[in-house]
Amino acid sequence: MLEVEGLRKVYRSDRREVEALRDLTFTVDAGELVCLVGPSGCGKTTLLRCIAGLLDPTGGAVRAGGHPVQGPPPGMAVVFQEYGRSLFPWMTVRDNVELPLKQKKVPKPRRATLVADALAAVGLDGTQTAYPWQLSGGMQQRVAIARAVAYEPSILLMDEPFAAVDAQTRADLEDLVRALWQRLGVTILFVTHDIDEAVYLGQRVIMLSASPTVVQDQLTVDLPAGRDQLHTRADPRFTALRTRVYEQIQLAKGRAGTQPPAPLGS
Amino acid sequence: MRRALRLLALPALLFAIWYAASLGSESFYAPPLRTILTAFADTWTPERLRADVLPSLGRLLVGYLLAAALGIAAGVAVGANRRLRAAAEPVLEFFRAIPPPVLVPVIMLFAGIGNGMKVIVIVSGCVWPILLNTVEGVRAVDGVLSDTARAYGVTGPARLRHLLLPAASPQIVTGLRQALSIAIILMVISEMFAASNGLGFTIVQFQRSFAIPEMWSGIILLGLLGFVLSELFRLAERFLLGWYHGLRDAQRRS
Repeated sequence: MLEVEGLRKVYRSDRREVEALRDLTFTVDAGELVCLVGPSGCGKTTLLRCIAGLLDPTGGAVRAGGHPVQGPPPGMAVVFQEYGRSLFPWMTVRDNVELPLKQKKVPKPRRATLVADALAAVGLDGTQTAYPWQLSGGMQQRVAIARAVAYEPSILLMDEPFAAVDAQTRADLEDLVRALWQRLGVTILFVTHDIDEAVYLGQRVIMLSASPTVVQDQLTVDLPAGRDQLHTRADPRFTALRTRVYEQIQLAKGRAGTQPPAPLGS
Repeated sequence: MRRALRLLALPALLFAIWYAASLGSESFYAPPLRTILTAFADTWTPERLRADVLPSLGRLLVGYLLAAALGIAAGVAVGANRRLRAAAEPVLEFFRAIPPPVLVPVIMLFAGIGNGMKVIVIVSGCVWPILLNTVEGVRAVDGVLSDTARAYGVTGPARLRHLLLPAASPQIVTGLRQALSIAIILMVISEMFAASNGLGFTIVQFQRSFAIPEMWSGIILLGLLGFVLSELFRLAERFLLGWYHGLRDAQRRS
């Protein structure tokens, strides 16, 4: 379970202050898949880095599994948007997936099993000895997902993971995330700027305002658990939900007109 | 095979031109290449190689490796620490700007004229390009990669080994390459100043005793040595930075 309470982040430089996050409070229950959407430049990445313990918030608190987050918590894995910059190019696919396990002091035979299982789960059998840059963008992001899966996290953070892959690959990867989530029972917080993706993936969608960010609205996605690209997206209920989210985001953007744009954290 | 051919084609041509042009040379100081080559075979006997070239190579190797260890260690420390970097950078630039041969007389004053002096000279000249390139390489580690490492608990010594050093390795290798040619120059210069053996010493001895073809042959040997060392370096680089060249090719294609 993940709790975010009164989270606030102000970037200070010599000359000025930029308030990226104003006051954010929400929870993600254990085993839940929640999507965070917001207009571009609303501080999604700042929020995610605070939750991941990579950035110290100015105020408020983040708790993962009841423990306050101060630095990256052990049971949390992150998948970043820039797959090309988050895989170690000097390591093979296997070493990339295995390195965090070595750091966790997982015994060697168990590591081999975890790596092989995780790569099989994302459909990347037989790429263990390849280097990441020998793979396509979609495959690289699968490696990053495999690394997160092999880590056996209780909480998985995903920061716009499919923003840089083509549309078809993206649909495949969305289904992959849902399948992995259902199989592993992991808590997922999925950050995206794509409204359709948020409604399609999430059990719940949290909408953020423009920066300085607050929670604009929350919405439970009452679509059946078994979703597929063809039927779910054609479902009238899906359309109704995405319209609601869209309206809220537009509202958030409209309100942003009165605020100076935030140069930091998108 | 083809590469070897391409590599040797131009040097062979230049030697041929030199050979032909100098055939009828009457000059005492620029004898025909034929004479020089004969002198080469007579001069650089196995005993001589052992007595003069081996000590030179030993000093070169020790000095170079020491400089590499020092430069990389200090470079990582400075590159990973913003405050240290701000304090150290002007000083480093100052030391880098001093031409290393200038240091030879100074170092002789307190380190004597033994092997220690030559090693210190080589280290003091080689360490700067390695250090400064390492600083740059470590500083330029990608932010996302660094976040990834932290998020997955890759910290402390593992961070150094799996993130900082490999990420900086292309830059470190650039520094090492620059340092290699500096090391050869300093090896020769330090031996010319004060020594009882070594390549630089021998070449100066030949010059002073007017053994001009022998002197030329020593210079040719020095050139060959530099060539072999840089080829060895290239091989090591290809092995070490295979991933980097692959990555760059992949980026260029896309």
